[in-house]
Formats: sequence, structure tokens, C-alpha cells
Amino acid sequence: MSKHILSIEHLNKNFGSLQILKDVNISMKEGDFLVLVGPSGCGKSTLLNCIAGLEEVTSGVIKISSQDMVGVSPKDRDIAMVFQSYALYPTMSVAKNITFSMKVRRIDAAVQQKKLNEVASLLQISELLDRKPAQLSGGQRQRVAMGRALVRDPQLFLFDEPLSNLDAKLRLEMRTEIKRLHHSLNASIVYVTHDQIEAMTLATKIAVMKGGEIQQIGSPNEIYSRPANMFVADFMGSPSMNLIPAIVRNVKEGARIEIDCGEDKPLTLIDPRKIAKLDNGEEREVIVGLRPEDITNPENREGASIEVATCLVDVVEPAGSDTYLVTQLGGKNVTARMRADTIVRAGENARLAFDLEKASYFLPETGERLN
Amino acid sequence: MTNFSTGAKSKPWRLVRRYVLRFLLYALLGIFALYYLMPLFVMVVTSLKSLDEIRAGSLLSLPRDINFDAWVTAWSGACSGVQCEGLRPYLWNSVKIAVPAVLISTFIGAINGYVLSKWQFRGSNIIFALLLFGGFIPFQVVLLPMAIVLGKLSLAGTIPGLVLVHVIYGISFTTLFFRNYYVSVPGEIVKAAKVDGAGFFQIFWHVFVPLSAPIVVVTIIWQFTQIWNDFLFGVSFSQAGTQPVTVALNNIVNSTTGVKEYNVDMSAAIIAALPTLFVYVVAGKYFIRGLTAGSVKG
Repeated sequence: MSKHILSIEHLNKNFGSLQILKDVNISMKEGDFLVLVGPSGCGKSTLLNCIAGLEEVTSGVIKISSQDMVGVSPKDRDIAMVFQSYALYPTMSVAKNITFSMKVRRIDAAVQQKKLNEVASLLQISELLDRKPAQLSGGQRQRVAMGRALVRDPQLFLFDEPLSNLDAKLRLEMRTEIKRLHHSLNASIVYVTHDQIEAMTLATKIAVMKGGEIQQIGSPNEIYSRPANMFVADFMGSPSMNLIPAIVRNVKEGARIEIDCGEDKPLTLIDPRKIAKLDNGEEREVIVGLRPEDITNPENREGASIEVATCLVDVVEPAGSDTYLVTQLGGKNVTARMRADTIVRAGENARLAFDLEKASYFLPETGERLN
Repeated sequence: MTNFSTGAKSKPWRLVRRYVLRFLLYALLGIFALYYLMPLFVMVVTSLKSLDEIRAGSLLSLPRDINFDAWVTAWSGACSGVQCEGLRPYLWNSVKIAVPAVLISTFIGAINGYVLSKWQFRGSNIIFALLLFGGFIPFQVVLLPMAIVLGKLSLAGTIPGLVLVHVIYGISFTTLFFRNYYVSVPGEIVKAAKVDGAGFFQIFWHVFVPLSAPIVVVTIIWQFTQIWNDFLFGVSFSQAGTQPVTVALNNIVNSTTGVKEYNVDMSAAIIAALPTLFVYVVAGKYFIRGLTAGSVKG
């Protein structure tokens, strides 16, 4: 079993009377790629700064390799950090930028040179070593910033939205590269982003944050298919999860779901699974969460949990690989992800298969998950 | 067709108007330049004339024969009070006051600016406001307290005493300059350096000092001009032998026996002003650049 590289217990952080982080608990193993994701202002960068020691914590414990880090200065935490703005030293050449940390630690010049060459060839920036940061493109600066972190060979890497200043194409390239580096170096990484796709593609573990609190921690698959609450359901995934108001009741066959679809008779669907947190016979208003890919062409899916219904199509959005249909259910826009060759026009009816085994149920008042 | 003909008619007119406006603009600028250069011109021509010629001729006329006697006298022979050594020893005093005072106050300003912009602490903004306030206290107000302090430090009437006075008075401006310059340096650079393992002074020396050339030039010009041109502190806190050149100039101009030697006065004034002129000519373009640096992100 690999050891815990980072554990955070009951961490609180206030700025004056403002609570930025509320009772944060995280643990991460060696080799994990932990992504902190959330909308801007959710405290994810503050949390990263607390891990780095750049911000003092108000209360709680941060341990790196089982050592308590509260009060330890950043330089003694054996971490390296990559910043959103790259934060390269503008007056130093690329080589000096990368070796700066070794220079201030008075490491032997020959060792410095050897490590510099290793990192430069790993990141393919060997021909840039004499340049100044101002003479580099955005992608090259990003590489240098990563080189500056890699050369340290730290226990823990911290990335603060490293890709958000790059253009879309380069961002994808660098994303792949970061994933490759993580794999080949078996590095432990904490990575902050507001981009849920970045979180899904990179992470081995995701922590979704909102308002200074962790909403859910889990593997990308857990977060995606079993979101802990409506916020996580809505925030992760693109297009986001359909959240449909409905009335449910546990019956003999499972859970009966009634959705208002604008006609006299509500659309009735049966989920073979009963809803655990609901008493038998109790009828309740809930929010049903279904991913767009779980509402699709009837011929795509088979199984006991598939319910087929006819719905009026509002909008058709061909996206190349898929075609998205938008229909109205429970007064909400509901997106269905169909095969690209689906031929249907707005204003027509279409037959949609609902894969209810994938459904999530939430309490409308609290957003809490019911199943 | 109609469009074409009106276009053809208005085009030359527009050109004429442009040239006329341009001409007026240059004429106006030329007049201003002449107006500003006039005093310097009068000083230079007067310093090159003999006394007889000054008495006979007009203020603006060129000298009949150029004669540097007045310059030599001003440099090494003019009398201030009882001593007749010219400006030379006092110019040297001014150098001994200005150079250390400029360097020390610039260095302190850089450290202060670095702390106040990147290592803010509780109350640091109040300290900055108070420092700034210090820069706007009139010289006269601090004369007496300063004299007491210098007396207690046994520095009264000495050159180190004057250096101390100028350093203290200069700190508010040098701090302002450096603080405003360093504020535009992204905070993430400091964070990166901290994570890289650099401490307070390592970050200052390796990251901030190399960035500072433009603001150092601005500060040096500003401080050098202020200190070199200072008269009040110089006359208040010096004694015979430690007076700066401004005080000596005043004494030369005011201690006349008999005839007023305008040519000597003019040459002395030019000599006293030359170092600041020299600094402007050498570093002036950095001054303009540095003053505007940070206002536009580059």
C-alpha cells in the first residue's frame, strides 16, 4: 500500500470575518493526481496556497508525508509549484530560471548543470535555455515553468490553473503532456482548475468545491456517475446533467417516476431500483438527474431499466459526432444525446430511451442525493 | 461622378489646412523653447563678456571677444565672505553630500518599496501613508528638531550630518517611487521564489534589483537634483568649510566689494548647475521612460 503523501484535516481559513475554507478534509496517496475543481471564488486556489505554505491556515492540520506542515515555510515543505501566470523571473534566462532554486540552496554547479540538461531534454526546451522569458511563446513559458518545478524533484507538485492562459489547441496538447509526465514520473500532483473537463481527463481523484466547502471527493467516475448533490451534478459534465422535477414513489416494481410533460397525462417511467431513502408508499417531489447520454435512441440501449417515451423536440443541435435534441420535461430544457445519423426536425416527436438505472435523485430543498 | 468632383476639390484644401496647422504648432513650440532658453542664453553670453562690455552693451548681444577670465575666477578665485577660493572646494562638498545621500536614500527606498508592496503586514498601508506625509512637510518645519537631533548625534555642521538630513528627507519620495514600481510586479513571482526556496533578501537581490533599472534612474535623478539644489538645509546645517555649492554661490553673489562682477556671478551659477544638467542629459530619456513605466502594462 502506498503511503499518504498529503492529508488535510479540519482545515479552516478566514480572511478577517470572511470564511474562505470550511472544515476541509482531504487525503491523497503517493502517485495520486488530485484535482481541486470548482467555480471561481470557491476557495480552491486558497487551499492550494495553504498547502504550499503561502497562506497561513486559521485552524486544522496539513501533513505532507505524515509531517505536520503548519508553520513550516514554503521552502522547507519539499514542494514545487506551477502558476497560472507562469511567474518566470523576467530578468533571468530560461536556464537561470530553472536553476534558481538550486542556486539559492547552494547546490554544486555541476549537479545543477546535469539536472538542467535532464529537465530541458525531457520538456524539449534545450534550445531555449539562453532566452529570456519575454522572448518565449505562451506554451514555451508554460514548459519552462514546469521545468522549474520538475528540476526540484519534490514530494508534491502543486499546479495552480496552469493551462488557463493558453489558447484552446495548446491547452489540449499541454494537458496530454501533463498527463504523460504524471504517468512517467509517478509524481504526486495537486492541480487546481475551474475547467471540469480538465479535471475529468487528468485526475485520479477529484475534489469538487463550492463556497469554501468540499462537495464531493472521489474518482472521476464516481463524481460523474454518482454526484453527491445537485451542485456537483450540474457542475461536472458537458453538456451538464439534466435535472428534471418529478414526483416519485416506491412501488412493487421499483420507483415510479411521474414527470409533467405539458400534456394532461404525466410521463410515467419506472426505475427498477427502489429509492433507498424513501419510505414505501411515500410520494415525494424530487429532482431526477439524467446525463444527456442516458437519454438516447431506443435502438442504442437494451435492458430492464430502459423506458421508451415519445417527446416533442424543441431544438436540434447537430455536433458532428452526436446530435443533441432539446425537449421540455417538468418545465425544464432536457438534452438528449442521439446518434449523429438521427433524422428529426424541431417540432416533431421523437422516441427517446431513458436509461433509468443511471438516474440520480436529489432532494429539491437541499440538493442532497437520495439514492 | 458628383462624389468624385467634390472629393477632388476638398482634398487640396485639406492638405493646405494640415500644413498651416502644422506650421502654427511648430512655431508655437519654437517660441516656447526660445522663451525657456532665454535666461540660459543671457547667462552664457554674460559670463563670456568682460565687465566693461557688460556695462556698455545690451543684455542680449553676443560678446565681442570671448573671454574665460570670469569662469576661472568663479572656479578658483571668487570670494565668498573672507575666503577667496572660488567654487571649487564647495562643489566638492556638494559631491560629498549628494553622492552618499542619493545612494543611501535610493537603497532604503528600494527596500521600503519592496516591503510595502510585496511583504505587506498589518498597518503597512498606514506606515506608507505616514512616510508619504513626511515628504510634504515643509523644510522649515523640521529645521529646529533636526538641528537638535544633529546636535545630539554630534553631527552638527558636518558633511555626514547633511547626508543624514537629506537621506531622511528623501526616503518618502524614494519609497513612493519604488513601492509604486514594485506594485506592478506580479505577486506570483514572489510566491514562485518563496517556493523555490529564496528568502527575503535573496528575492530582493535576485529578482527585484535586476528589474529596477528604470526606477533607479528616476530616483537617482530626482534625489540628485533635490539634494544638489538644496539651499535651506545646506545653509542651516553647515559651517565654514562644509558648505555646499548652493550656499557658496549665494555668498559669492552677495559678498561684493565695490563693483558687482556679473560675469563671475553668471559663470558661478552655471558651474553650480552643470552637474544636474549633466545628469539630465545622460539619463533624461530613462527618466521619462521610468516615470511612465508601470502605467502601461508591457
